[in-house]
Amino acid sequence: MSSPIRKEPLLYMEEHRVKEDPQDYGLADDVFNMEVFKKKLQVAIVRNDEDGLEFDMIGVYPAIANAFRRLMLSEVPSMAIEKVYIYNNTSIIQDEVLAHRMGLLPLKADPRLFAYRTEESGEAGTEQDTLEYELKVKCTRRKDASKDQSNFDDIYKNHKVYSGHLKWLPKGKQAQIYSESMVNCIHEDILIAQLRPGHELDLRLVAVKGLGKDHAKFSPVATAYYRLLPQIKLNREVYGKDAYLLQSCFSPGVIGIDENECAYVKDARYDSCSRNVYRYPQLEDSVTLGRVRDHYIFTVESVGSLKPDVIFLEAVKVLKKKCRAFIDEIEAE
Amino acid sequence: MGALAELAGDEKNGEGSRTFVFLNEGHTLGNALKTIIARYPEVDFCGYTIPHPTEQKLHFRIQSRRDRAVDLLKRGLEDLEALCDHTIDTFGKEMDNFNAMNARVGQEST
Repeated sequence: MSSPIRKEPLLYMEEHRVKEDPQDYGLADDVFNMEVFKKKLQVAIVRNDEDGLEFDMIGVYPAIANAFRRLMLSEVPSMAIEKVYIYNNTSIIQDEVLAHRMGLLPLKADPRLFAYRTEESGEAGTEQDTLEYELKVKCTRRKDASKDQSNFDDIYKNHKVYSGHLKWLPKGKQAQIYSESMVNCIHEDILIAQLRPGHELDLRLVAVKGLGKDHAKFSPVATAYYRLLPQIKLNREVYGKDAYLLQSCFSPGVIGIDENECAYVKDARYDSCSRNVYRYPQLEDSVTLGRVRDHYIFTVESVGSLKPDVIFLEAVKVLKKKCRAFIDEIEAE
Repeated sequence: MGALAELAGDEKNGEGSRTFVFLNEGHTLGNALKTIIARYPEVDFCGYTIPHPTEQKLHFRIQSRRDRAVDLLKRGLEDLEALCDHTIDTFGKEMDNFNAMNARVGQEST
């Protein structure tokens, strides 16, 4: 992944502190130069599946990596239910709790196709900035149910309200542009409330585009985090019983044991960096634990409306747009 | 009303020292911009603060004896913008490579 020529700047994890490499002046005395940055930056995609995206970003400053992480969490827009009009709610769940639960439902709608609400769009909103849904559920007793049945599914109809009950109400020309599968809830099996015969829900829901810094429901990611690449070096050979003890000090798969019962570092990447080795005096001096200072392993898990790689690109574009806006303002003066 | 203002108090210090006030910005832009501008050899001091946690304001200080502070700020923003462009390009290329490779592996296995 990293080129063999590059000398990796390390931070050492000792028992009670993190020590910087005495030869490494990178963070303090570096002069910023775009050409040098371009040469240093490397990106490697490691995994991109339904569990999320994992990629390496090598050769960046901590502040830049952190800015990207923060932007993904709180400044990439997404759609969420913002207003709940309650016409009838005779269930036992309180209006405000119900409204809050509706707000947290993840919607499939692509936020890039919508605009933010402005003052002019008013209370009702327009078809460019608003999605409307309704939730009408009434619980009844099943007539064919016999007295000795005890399963609620057999006795009651609609006694569980799921996110799949949400019905989209197209506004204006929206029906021609979007289909139900493009704007509905991502998961159809989120339990919203439980009802009993006679209970009824009648709601109208209004979804708008927003930012995670306003409310976490607008955040497009479930998690977005980075960690530094761990590096483990064995200073001496560890045999037999100690080798198995050493193996148990690290995450599974990090330390391997060969046919001579000698421990070796198999793959340090997914180590949790727990420093458990320092608990055992006989192992303390056998390893050097380090992390590569500028090798960031990003993990981005999307809520589902945007793909994780799109979320990252959108985050970088947000930062770019911020810079452009301020440059334009300076130039206008 | 713009989103960028200057704090009073630097009138006697020439053009090199300024505190800029960014509205509706926080640590995301502040720290990223600071790491870049603080690494210019012309800059004597660069730092930022968010004076109050409930006010969406970022105070960004630049001191230099050689250049105008506004020019340094502009250069910093331009560099950060170029950095974003380069990151988008690099990431996009790697993503395309990754997808192409996966498609090839998928074809071979079927």
